[in-house]
Order: sequence, then structure tokens, then C-alpha cells
Amino acid sequence: MLKTLGAQIKEFKKASIATPIFMLLEVFMETLIPYLMASIINNGVEKGDTHHIFVTGAWMILAALISLIAGCLGAKYGAKAAMGFGRNLRKGMFEKIQTYSFANIDKFSTPSLVTRLTTDVTNIQNAYMMILRMCMRAPSSLICAMAMSFYISPQLASIYLIAVIFLGTCLAFIVTKAMKHFQAAFVKYDDLNESVQENVSAIRVVKAYVREDHEKGRFRKASQNIYNMLCKAENVVVWNSPLMQFTVYGCILLISWIGAHLVVGSSLGTGDLMSLLTYCMNILMNLMMLSMVFVMISMSVASARRICEVLNEESTLKNPETPDFDIPDGSIRFENVTFRYSQTSEQPVLDKINLSIKSGETIGIIGGTGSSKSSLVNLISRLYDADEGAVYVGGKDVRTYDMDTLRSQVAVVLQNNVLFSGSILDNLRWGNKDATEEECMEACRLACADDFIQTFPQKYHTHIEQGGTNVSGGQKQRLCIARALLKNPKVLILDDSTSAVDTATDAKIRKAFRESIPGITKLIIAQRISSVMDADHIIVMNNGKLDGFGTHEELMRSNEIYRDVYTSQTQGGGDFDEGGAANA
Amino acid sequence: MPRPAPRPRPQIKNPGKLFARLMQFVLKRYGLAYLIVFACIIISVIANTQGTMFLQTLIDDYIKPMTQTPNPDYTPLLQAIAKVAVFYGVGVLATFAYNKILIYISQGTIMEMRNSLFEHMQDLPIRYFDTHAHGDIMSVYTNDIDTLRQMISQSIPQLINSAITVVSVFIFMLILNVPLTILTLVMVGITTFVTKTFAGHSSRYFVAQQKDIGKVNGFIEEMLNGQKVVKVFTHEEENMKNFNELNDQLFDSAYNANQYANYLGPINAQIGNVSYVLCAMVGGILATAGMGGFTLGKLASFLTFNKSFNMPISQISQQINSIIMALAGCERIFALLDEEPETDNGYVTLVNAQKENGVLVETSEHTGLWAWKHTHQADGSVDYIELTGDVVFNDVDFGYNPDKIVLHNVDLYATPGQKIAFVGSTGAGKTTITNLINRFYDIQDGKIRYDGININKIKKADLRRSLGIVLQDTHLFTASVMDNIRYGKLDATDEEVYAAARLANADTFIRQLPDGYNTILTGDGANLSQGQRQLIAIARAAIADPPVLILDEATSSIDTRTERIVQDGMDKLMAGRTTFVIAHRLSTVRNSDCIIVLEQGRVIERGNHEQLIAQKGKYYQLYTGNTAETA
Repeated sequence: MLKTLGAQIKEFKKASIATPIFMLLEVFMETLIPYLMASIINNGVEKGDTHHIFVTGAWMILAALISLIAGCLGAKYGAKAAMGFGRNLRKGMFEKIQTYSFANIDKFSTPSLVTRLTTDVTNIQNAYMMILRMCMRAPSSLICAMAMSFYISPQLASIYLIAVIFLGTCLAFIVTKAMKHFQAAFVKYDDLNESVQENVSAIRVVKAYVREDHEKGRFRKASQNIYNMLCKAENVVVWNSPLMQFTVYGCILLISWIGAHLVVGSSLGTGDLMSLLTYCMNILMNLMMLSMVFVMISMSVASARRICEVLNEESTLKNPETPDFDIPDGSIRFENVTFRYSQTSEQPVLDKINLSIKSGETIGIIGGTGSSKSSLVNLISRLYDADEGAVYVGGKDVRTYDMDTLRSQVAVVLQNNVLFSGSILDNLRWGNKDATEEECMEACRLACADDFIQTFPQKYHTHIEQGGTNVSGGQKQRLCIARALLKNPKVLILDDSTSAVDTATDAKIRKAFRESIPGITKLIIAQRISSVMDADHIIVMNNGKLDGFGTHEELMRSNEIYRDVYTSQTQGGGDFDEGGAANA
Repeated sequence: MPRPAPRPRPQIKNPGKLFARLMQFVLKRYGLAYLIVFACIIISVIANTQGTMFLQTLIDDYIKPMTQTPNPDYTPLLQAIAKVAVFYGVGVLATFAYNKILIYISQGTIMEMRNSLFEHMQDLPIRYFDTHAHGDIMSVYTNDIDTLRQMISQSIPQLINSAITVVSVFIFMLILNVPLTILTLVMVGITTFVTKTFAGHSSRYFVAQQKDIGKVNGFIEEMLNGQKVVKVFTHEEENMKNFNELNDQLFDSAYNANQYANYLGPINAQIGNVSYVLCAMVGGILATAGMGGFTLGKLASFLTFNKSFNMPISQISQQINSIIMALAGCERIFALLDEEPETDNGYVTLVNAQKENGVLVETSEHTGLWAWKHTHQADGSVDYIELTGDVVFNDVDFGYNPDKIVLHNVDLYATPGQKIAFVGSTGAGKTTITNLINRFYDIQDGKIRYDGININKIKKADLRRSLGIVLQDTHLFTASVMDNIRYGKLDATDEEVYAAARLANADTFIRQLPDGYNTILTGDGANLSQGQRQLIAIARAAIADPPVLILDEATSSIDTRTERIVQDGMDKLMAGRTTFVIAHRLSTVRNSDCIIVLEQGRVIERGNHEQLIAQKGKYYQLYTGNTAETA
């Protein structure tokens, strides 16, 4: 884990090394001050030597100044190293995710990836700054002060050693115990917030069933439970300050008593006694700080682990070593293709599929949910790799092509499609960044999107909100089709891409495809029978198997599932189409 | 010391008033406890300062004289130390006590605040949830409550502690030596000035950083959500380029912001050290000269005070800052608590009834027969009206916003057991009508009558209990399947749950789940298919057994076979009940007793399927799908 994270420090290595060094210098200079103070008292005040007071005072101010400069440099480099590390982590992860295959993305899930790139990086970045600055400062300050104490009076310093061991053990005990309680409490706390979230989004159900009081009761119970758990955790932590005070006070009293004997016996100066008392605070405060740093770091371990998972994940798809950049035509062939999303699952998602599609054909694909329609087409643009058998496009195995070339020639309009924030033109140009406005309009006309775009005040320059929330579902689907058309592909795959478009417009789009882009192989997945009826061939999928392949008439004769779907949709079970709703 | 970076202070209109209201909330519950905390803090601080003062006594009154005596007697010193030890002991106890009490105050306050938030929220009208982003509501529970806890358990007590420390240390310093005190004050002034300058720089960069974080996070979220599209369009490189630009920008502002914030530590510490050194020098000379009775012991004590004076001063401004931050959260908490709850002036209630000699009589048992208990306000006489499910809309006008009426002059009548279907384009007002029957929203004008009673007179809870509702997007809860169905009737037996599931055609698939009826559903039933979620929602409505149903058919594309099962479940549920259905399926529409065609908030056609087809109006167009020509 450390190796993976360490590799991301890169150009900030220098700053990362400089920071602790400056911190060390700062601490050392700071520790000198109480020692010099002892000299002022012992040799200046007690002996009435004002000159010594001034000289030593000047040295002390010099020490403070060096400490200040070192401290500021440490602050500067610490900030640079930590923020730079954060930047590199974000960059590294984002870069890595760009290489991910669909299988990799599925494995993590989008919200989890977002958290890793945002919250987790912030946690690590802050922890890193803490490590560079405090992790060096606290122990070295402790050690310096301790060393000074021993130098002044080994006898008295041993009291501190005992105190450090005593307080250190107590703190370690408190921290580990409290952390266990806190972690348990936070899990419950997250659960509670999740249930509030659920309640808010399901408020209509709550109110419709008049369950407000029921919900209040449940919440009260959960809330009380968290109260109990947090109090338990806090009750462990509560020992911190009194223990600290107890130790400090104990030391002061012991030093005063033993110190008095030593001073009276002339083996210790009064000034030494004073500086020892200053070091006492120094040592114990830093010990406290150390325990805090420890908590911070152990809290960020989980974040570090999650980040490493992303960085260490290898893409499941690799470009061939000598990629083929030429795709002759849009013919597609499946040979004995078997596919599973997870190697451990028994039932294959696609089971021994054999299929042959000629270039330029229009193919309809129909089947129930979970019948693997999407999985079938996803293999064509190599979004996933087949486990057995092979998929051929233009007569060559898809695994021999350069992936970018293949994907630009096989355009897929995904089922869960998204538009990005930016103008309509910006979005369309995802398909081809050099497309002229005229070309964009042409694609939109084909996809029946031009009509509604023209009704917008800013037409093609209309701003699309993130996720395309300011256009209707049907409009979004048509824009996505136009975007794919702009790639000028050899194969066009529409994965349930007109479900929100009314039947009349849907028919118009298909008609335009037939007339204007006859050379492109078109695969259309749909729930609506009317969307596939007039295709050259129709594929009927059922439970990962190819159940039927043929024209409408053939399938009506020979395929039971197809006939079944046809009858139910045309005779009563179908949509009462919200005509015109999508383009209203 | 690691110090929290200075954040830009949020703008709050009336921080004083807000703070007072918050303290009122806390003190009403924990007034005495807070008073004890206050007293304990004072004891703790005084114990600490008297210890420092003892340093002077130790040096001047014991060590100095003893060095001059040949055979010193340590007994008086031992007594003095014992006395200090007692003071210290009391101080430690006080520290322990106030920390302990604070746990219960802060956790208790937070719990009660959370509870009142939730309970108040439950009573808010649907309008509130429709007009507020759910993310914002959630952030009150998470972020705002969290900062509030910090404020109550840390910032306020620390502020009190710092303030008391500053005052008492200042007094003792004055007692020890006036000129040195002035010197210390001057240095504090310099520190404050320098800190302020740097904090100003820093907070400017923090604002920039906050903005850049927003940009980067927004980009990450958008692109990762569309990552599959990015892949399909091989847009990876451009994506990287755009990301790097934003990321580098963030680095710049974050680096600057943190750099300036980090400077504060060493600057504070070293000016403090200089102050310490100057006092040591000046004090040293004073002590050497023995001016104004200044002794070595006094110098020792003073130097310790000098050190403990600087820290609380820089802490005070931090604590005030974090209190203001927390107050911004408080403002949102109180805003939610100040939201007007749903009002209910209804007095007609729903009761179990039975017929005795043809007359309705109230009973406490569940009879399956329900009656409206109408207590007339004028004379207190009671009428019982049988619940049949007769719903009438009379010239109803409605707008979510009073200035923008979306339903105009709607007339409707549904006799018991009838099935009424609403059809029309999106935005025609179909869903709106169903929001009115159960009074999720109140109408502007006109009347809705239920079994002849104006629904305004019916208690909302009873009105809603008499209506079953299956929404288009099904919401399930994190709980077992059994509990989810039982949500419709909390005291239902397992047998009743099975029966409802069978009626909804859900029993078969539920039994195939890993733990059958005990399978825990999470994330709104994410482990189920869309169709299965709907079946559970239907079962939930079935177990409630309401006389009137409101159904919003799903438009989402579930496959034909599942759809048929869902449809069949719905049909069984509708049998014998007055049903309002927002219809998307041909079969549902055709089998309705009455079809209402809505357009732009008006009823434009009404009748059964045959009648409307014969009319050749909008319905005919929708039915035949010939919209392209007429649109």
C-alpha cells in the first residue's frame, strides 16, 4: 500500500523530504530557548551580571528567529508536498479510470469511485500534511526536551521518563478502546442517516399510509441507540484531560520537592529548575499530540486502502500488440460465443451464440429483461471480451483491432445514456470533434432531433445541464443517437434508445435510417415490437440463448416467444402511447 | 499545535439572536448542568494558576532562605507542597467532572435536536419535500448537526475556558509586575495584528480553493457517471486534459490557502517566544536590581504565565470563528424547525362499524365495514356514514403555486367500485389530480367530496387510511420483504402478509429469494427488478385493504411477461374498489368504466372506450397513435 501511494509523490519528493528537516530545525531551536533561559537566571540574575543577560537574550531571540524561518519553510513545503500529493493522487486515479474497461467500472460502481476521488483523497492529503509536519515535530520535540532535561539533571529527568511511560500507556489504551467504540457508533450513525434519506425520498409512501408516528418511533429508538453508543465512546475519551493534568501536576510537585533539595544542596541552579518545569509541559503536550496524530492516521488508513484499490486495478481489456487499424466493412459474425460477467457464475450470460449479419443490414433484437440483449451487442465494440468463441467485425476478430479504431467504427448508443454539461453542439461533437455545424444539423435531422432543437431560443447553442436534466427523456435519446451518427460509423447499435420517443417519431427515425444511411449495419434493441418489425432480420433472445433469427413473417410462424410478444402488445397489453408527450 | 485552517466566515443575518435561541434550547434542558460545567471550569483554571503562583513561593520563600541556612528544615516546604497538591487534586476532579457532564449535555442536545428535526419533518406537507432538494435536507442531518455538536461540546466550553484563563492570568500578571504585563500585552497586540494579516490572505485563498474543489468534484462526478459513454466515444484523452487543467488549478489555490494557514503556527509560536525572551531579559534586570521588590521567584512565575497567556488568546479567535460556522448550520436547522407543519382541521373520523337492524353502529372490533363518524360542530350530534368510496370533484381549480393554476374547473364523479382512468400527455395534470384526493395538496377552489363529505372536514390521517396508493416509482424500505409488505398494516399476521403477496402475484418470486420473506431489501430494493419492486408495492397496498385506490401505472420498460404478471396483480387489487388510475396500458384504459382525457389541466373528453372512439377526438388520436399528423 505504501509503495503504491509513495509512487504518486513524484515531483513533490523534495518538498516531502525538506518539510520534516525544517520541522526538526524549528523544534531544536525552540528547545534551546528554555535552556538558555536557565543560563540567564543562573549566571545573570543570581550573579548580577546584566551583560550576560543581554548576550544570552540576544542568542535566544536569534534562536526564535531561526525557528521562525525554519517553521515557515516547513509550513510552505508541507503545504506544497501535501497538496501536490493530493493532486497527483487525483490525477493518477482519474488517469487509471480512463483505462478501465466496462468490467472494471462495474466492479467499483460509480458512486464509490466518486467518493474515492473526492473524500478519500482529501483525507489522505490532510493526513499526509499531518505526517510530514506533526509526525516529525511531536516526537522530535519530545525527544529534544527529554534530552535537554537529562543534560540538565538526569535525576529529575527520570521523573519525566516515568511520566511519559505512564501517560503514553494510558493514552494508547484510551485511544484504541475509544476508536473501537467510535467506529461502531459511526456505522450506526451512517445507517441512521441512510434511513432518514430513505424516509425523505419515500415521504409520499409514509404519508399515504399514515405512518408518520411509526417512523418517529423507529427514529427515536435508533437515535437513542446512537446516543448510548457515542456516550460510551466519549466516556473513554473523557479520561484524557484529567489524566494529562494529573501527570503534569504530579511532575511539578515532584520536581518542586526533589528540585528544592538539589538547589539547596547546590547541585542545581534555580534557573535549571525553572527550565525543567517548562520542559515538563513541552514533553507531555507533545505526547498528547502524538496520540492525536495516531488517531488521524489510523482513520485515514481506510481511505488509503480504497485509493490503492483503484490505482492497482488493471484493465481487463488490453490492446493487441500489433493492432489492426483497418475495418473493411460492417459485417458481424458470432462464432460459438459464450460470456459471463463473473468467472464464478455458473449460468453464462451468453450461451454458445452463432450469428451472421451482413454489412448494411438492419437487425432488430427483442427479448425479456435479463435475456442478455445488451450483453450481446456489448461484445461487438469490445466493451467486454467473450470467454469462449469469437466475435468478428468486417471478417476479423475484434480482439485484433486497435480498440479506439473499433469503437469509433462501431457506434453504440447505450441504454443508460448521458449528456454532459455544455452546449448541444459540444455534446454532438463528442462524436466527431471536427464536425461542422452543418454536419451536426444533418445528424440531428436524421435522428429527428432538429425539430425540437429549432424550438429552443438558442437552438444548437442551448446549454445542456449536467446529466441532461433540462431536456425530456425522448429528446435526450434523440440527441444521443445524433451524437453517435456523427462518428460516421460502419456499425450503429441502438440499445433501447427510443423507449421514451413516441411511436410515430420512432418510425420516422427508422425510415430516415433506411433512406439516408443504408450502408451502415444497424442493430436495434427494443421492447416495442413496432420498433423491430420491419427490420431485415430479428434476433429473439431468451435467457442468454439465441431463440430465433429471421424476418417478421418467419418468426411469426416459427417462434413462440416472438408471437407471444406480438400478440400481447398489439392486443391490449401494450403501451397506451403518450403520443406527442416526448416532443411536446 | 495543529490548528484548523481559517475558513471564510459565512454571512449570517442575526448571529446574536440565533445564538440566544440555540442556548435557550440547550439551557432549557441542561441549564443546571451547564452551570455546574461553568463552575468546574473556573475551579480547574484557578487550580492551575495557583500552581503557577506557587513557583514564586517555592523559590522566594523556601529555596532562597533554605540555601542560606546550614541545616534546612524541609517540613514547612512539604506542608506547602501538600497544600498545592490538594488544590491540584480539586482541579483534576473539576476537569474530569465538567468533561463528563459535557458528554451528556452535547450528546443529549444533539439527540433531541435530531429527534425534533425528524419529528417535525414528518409533519411537514408534501409541498416541502417537493420544493426542497433532498440533498439539502440530508445535509442538515449530517453536516449541520455535526458542527452543532462540535460547538456545544468543544467550542463553547473552550471559549469559556480560554476567557477565564486569560482573565485570571492577566490579574496574576498584574499582581506580579505591571511593566512586564504591559510588555506582554504589546507582544500579544503584535501577534494579533500579524495573524490577522495572514489569516486574511489565507481565507481569500480558501474561498478560491472551495470554488476549485467544487469544480473538480463536479467534473469527477459528471465524467465518472458518464464513464461508459466516455469509453464508447474514446474520449479518454480529452477528458484527461480537461481534468488536469482543473486539478492543477485546485493545486494552486489549495497550496496557497494551506501555506498561509500553516504560517500561523510558527508565527504565533515564535512571537510568543520573543515575548518570553524579552520578559526574561527585562525581568532578569529588574530582579538583579531588585527594583520594586521584584524577585527571582516572581520572575519564574511570571514567565510561566507569559507562556500560558499567549495560547488562549489565539484560541479565542479560532473558537469564535468555529462558533460562527456552526451558527450557519444552526440557521438551517432552525429554518427546518420553523417550517409550517401540515395543518389539519378535519374532525370527521374513520371508525369500525357494524350494522344492527340496518343501522350503523360504531364498534371497536375490525369488522371490515367502515363508517365516517361525523360529529356536527353545531350541536355535537353524531352521524355515521358508511364508507363506500364515492368521490366527486366539483369545479376544482388547483395550482402548486397559487398564481399558476394547473387544473381548471375539473368535474369528476366516481361511484363506488368504478374504475376511472386518466389519460393525456405528460404535464396534462394526471398526477396532480391524484395528489388532491388524499390532500397531499389542498385545492384553491371548488369542492372534493368523499361519500358526500367535504374532504376538508375529514381528518387527514383517516382520509389517507381509506385510500390505497401505488406510485409509479416504488419506494421500499431497508427491511425484510415481510416488513415492507406489513407497512400497509402494521399488525398484520404472517398469514395475512402471504395472502396479500399471493394476491399481488408476488408470492412466487419472494419464495425464490435467498431468505424468502425474510430477505432484507436495501437501497430502495436495489436487489430486485423493477417489476418485482412493483409487485411488493402492490402487495403492500393490498394488505391495507383500502376501499379506494389510486394507481399510477409504470411506464418504464419492463418486459412483456413481467408486465403481464404485474398487470394481473393490479387487476386483482382493483377488483371491487373505486379506482383512479393514471393509465399507460391499452388494456387498463379499455377496461375502465370511465376515461377522463386531460389536456393542459382541463378535462377535454370523458366517457367509456367505445364512446370516446366514436367521438374521434383527442382520445381517438392517442389510441390510434396518429399524433404525427396532428401535432
